[in-house]
Amino acid sequence: MELLAFGKTGWGDELFFATLMTIAVSVTAMLVGFVFALIFTPLKLSKYKPLNLVGNFYTTVIRGVPELLVIYLFFFGGSGAIMYVASIFGYYEYIEINAFVTGSMAIGIISGAYSTEVFRGAIQSIDKGQFEAAKVLGINKFGQFYKIILPQMLRLAIPNLSNVWQITLKDTSLISVTGLVEIMRQSYIAAGSTRDPLFFYSFAAVLYLMLTYLSMKLINKLELKYSKGY
Amino acid sequence: MDFELMISSFPKLLGATVITLKLLIASIFFGLFLGLFFAILRLNKNVFINKFAYGYSYVFRGTPLLVQIFIIYFGLGQIEYLRTTILWVILKEPYWCAIIAFTLNTGAYTSEILRSAFQTIKPGIIEAGKSLGISNKIIFYKIQIPIAIRQSLPAYGNEIILMMKGTSLASTVTLMDLTGVAKYIISTTFKPIEVFIVAGGIYLFMTFIIHNVIKYLEKKYSFQQ
Repeated sequence: MELLAFGKTGWGDELFFATLMTIAVSVTAMLVGFVFALIFTPLKLSKYKPLNLVGNFYTTVIRGVPELLVIYLFFFGGSGAIMYVASIFGYYEYIEINAFVTGSMAIGIISGAYSTEVFRGAIQSIDKGQFEAAKVLGINKFGQFYKIILPQMLRLAIPNLSNVWQITLKDTSLISVTGLVEIMRQSYIAAGSTRDPLFFYSFAAVLYLMLTYLSMKLINKLELKYSKGY
Repeated sequence: MDFELMISSFPKLLGATVITLKLLIASIFFGLFLGLFFAILRLNKNVFINKFAYGYSYVFRGTPLLVQIFIIYFGLGQIEYLRTTILWVILKEPYWCAIIAFTLNTGAYTSEILRSAFQTIKPGIIEAGKSLGISNKIIFYKIQIPIAIRQSLPAYGNEIILMMKGTSLASTVTLMDLTGVAKYIISTTFKPIEVFIVAGGIYLFMTFIIHNVIKYLEKKYSFQQ
């Protein structure tokens, strides 16, 4: 237990902040994923073949390639890509991107591919009559989407989105390879300096279990809220 | 685009794919038996056995694979007693540690897939078997298992693809699998995009093959022939 003490003698406070970092990266990645899903879901549902192809390409490639490979692409290629864009605008200095940004972008793109699939499934399972009824009532496109389709879609999507959240949360452990100090990286550092890997990795497992358990509880509440009318 | 690098790195990456495939096949093979074993325990009426099987799948599904592989590779070596037993021959090899971690992980997911497949079998089918005087053992092996396999094929196909992606974590414990070699080439040439295209292409090709094999099996074992 001394190993987990707060302050200078133990690793308690370090691991506490590392847990916060894991939560922060997961939430950011999930939100980045939603942005990607908002772009790619309409593409996947589009009637135009080329747009359709772009949407399918994104979800197929990201879901068929290991997360670690995507993270390496971002880790090694991220600053190069940004510097290339900057050089077009006449900026030639070295740019280093924050590990937090690289990590949450990489995990966000992965999470977005799963979210896209969830949204697509949810929209497709909404009765066609709902769209038609909204149109007949003279509701504009914006209102149709936000007031009629979105609430129904969320109810259907929440159980699957909770799976996406769990995947995203667990994927953040892979960012430790880029040096961002989250649970896994902190445990690695602690294990290295105390020569007690068994304890620290097991403790990391407990922390992850706690996070998945708590988020499960929270999502169940959300699910109840959105299925009120049913 | 450095096409020369793409062409020259292709054979190296393809060679590393062999290790990826070995890891995948071994962990899927052992994981299927482990999953079946725990699925049967989950259906047991004894509360303790039931809870034990649930705990196993909960812990392995609730923690990242990376943690599991680190506990087994870095953690277990710390126990002095283990180092004296015959088990150490296996546990000192990163290759076997990776297989053990993958097996335990995929076993947890497989047990959930099979459990839900067993539970969706209509009780009428089992009753029909009983009333025909077939013994419980034969009902289980000849009726329940074939139906459960058919039911769980789509979900199990996804699990194999997830596991294939999971094998990339073997590179974190010094194994030179497809991702490990890809990372090595990236860090020596600093050409991440080219290497990503080749390595990602190989992974996508494997996904494509697995996807189609499962689709074929689904068709073959579907009820409407």
